[in-house]
Amino acid sequence: MTLSGRDLTIGYGDRVVGTQLDISLKSGEVLALLGPNGGGKTTLLKTLLGLLPPKGGEIELGGRPLASFTSRERARRIAYVPQSHTATFAFTVETVVLMGRTAHGSLFSRPTAADRAIAARMLERLGIAHLADRPSTEISGGERQLTLLARALAQEPQFIVLDEPTASLDFGNQGRVMHEIRALGRSGHGVLFTTHDPNHAMRAADRAFLLRQGMRIADGEIRSVLTRMQLEELYGTKLTVFQDRDSGESAFLPG
Amino acid sequence: MARSSVPGFLISFLVLVAALLLAFTVGRYPVGLGDLFAVLAAKLTGHAPNVPPAVENVIWQVRGPRIVAAGLVGAALAVAGTAFQGLFRNPLVSPDILGASSGAALGAVLGIFISLGVFAIQAMAFAGGLVAVAAVYAVGSAVRARDPVLVLVLAGVVIGALLGAGVGLIKYLADPYNQLPAMTFWLLGSLAAIGPSDLIPLFGPVAIGTLVLFALRWRMNVMSLPDEEARALGVPTGPLRIAIVAAATLVTSASVATAGIIGWVGLVVPHIARTLVGPDFGRLIPAAALIGGGFLLLIDTLARTAAAVEIPLGILTALVGTPFFIWLLTSVAKSWSTE
Repeated sequence: MTLSGRDLTIGYGDRVVGTQLDISLKSGEVLALLGPNGGGKTTLLKTLLGLLPPKGGEIELGGRPLASFTSRERARRIAYVPQSHTATFAFTVETVVLMGRTAHGSLFSRPTAADRAIAARMLERLGIAHLADRPSTEISGGERQLTLLARALAQEPQFIVLDEPTASLDFGNQGRVMHEIRALGRSGHGVLFTTHDPNHAMRAADRAFLLRQGMRIADGEIRSVLTRMQLEELYGTKLTVFQDRDSGESAFLPG
Repeated sequence: MARSSVPGFLISFLVLVAALLLAFTVGRYPVGLGDLFAVLAAKLTGHAPNVPPAVENVIWQVRGPRIVAAGLVGAALAVAGTAFQGLFRNPLVSPDILGASSGAALGAVLGIFISLGVFAIQAMAFAGGLVAVAAVYAVGSAVRARDPVLVLVLAGVVIGALLGAGVGLIKYLADPYNQLPAMTFWLLGSLAAIGPSDLIPLFGPVAIGTLVLFALRWRMNVMSLPDEEARALGVPTGPLRIAIVAAATLVTSASVATAGIIGWVGLVVPHIARTLVGPDFGRLIPAAALIGGGFLLLIDTLARTAAAVEIPLGILTALVGTPFFIWLLTSVAKSWSTE
């Protein structure tokens, strides 16, 4: 299955943020979206999620226009992991994950025993089952990110879209989230995430999409796209590249 | 599910029962508990009770309707406050956030000004509340913004201020000897004039609105997330927001039309309920209804017994509510984040 946007013009209200964008994401593929602040990453993300109507162009999900899906149908295929934030009300971690089951029930229904079993399985899968009864307002940032990831998995989607999943996490939790993103790709999900760190993209993604001032700079296999030249152009800064002699993997240091 | 909600519900229920017993027995004509149970038992078995007819009259004709009304109005305001706090993701929101109370106030004051009858005044208040919220919603929807909820709140503030000016104008023009005291009395809230015939127009809308909100209880959990997140979870937030606002407004307007403006209940009770049973609306709505009913019943009993004259309810709820809310802010702010 493919989620694809063709010749997209994106933006809010009267403001156009990006034009002529072609992007596609296949099942089992991990795509990293990189670019400077204000370049249109989040807008593109929300447009592909169907939360923001495109101002031009077409988005298709499995060959069908995304606009023709109801919000429930869409939520059973594409899940969204927003930037981690503190919730207003102290729902338990289990309740938060159960909210991922909403699109599988009808308007007046509440989560069933089967929904609870799925939520429990996702908590288990991400190693946070012990947090199930804790208020989601009283867990760490890393745990909160994993909770939102579990909620996305509970939607049983084909595609998962994450907005800066590693922002404001400590080093260890960044590693955990990167690891989970790779695992999602291996389990057949199409994964799209934004990041400010090319190293995270290198670590977790198969492909990279570079976006600057609403224009596509590059899109392709991760190693061919994330080169010194491309990244220096993208961010407008000098950088140093380190390469591991044994694995051939590279890392970037800005400045 | 975290800690059990059973103790929370037990407390809410016991408070309501205590409030009921107190409300039936105390007053200018004291009724003993034994007499109360005798009358209730007689009603159930169909026998004539062995008490003076005056006692029976006080229980069924005088206190009964007023007690039912106090319970319904308290429950309604608490449920509406719970719904609005969830919808606006803000624990400081009360049922009049979208102008239901100010609209009802303008309707009632206008009704008094043009010397309508009691029922017409109530109908004007009810309609005023509905029209005000519809106007707020229309203004809010006309503005295209990223955060529809914030626009709605701002529209509510603006239209509320306009309606307040209208109330002020009519009070200024009103006859200061006959109309103005009636207006002031109404604006401060009272159940003193409640009779059995007032209960149907109150019960119908309150029951319908509360049932709609309770039926949507799981969706309301999701609606308390940011709009885009709720939509990504498959919830059509636009139509659902209309349904929730309409149900909560129906409930609020019916209460305000019957009892006048009673502040604080819709703000404070949802907090107490959340502290007792947690934030899940499936438990929060029934708990808020129980506590709200019990709370206003206690306040109303105080209003008719504490002094030689009736004390307006709005004044008592403010007297009780303000210190209570300050205490809540300083000590039990755990049930919602202070981000």
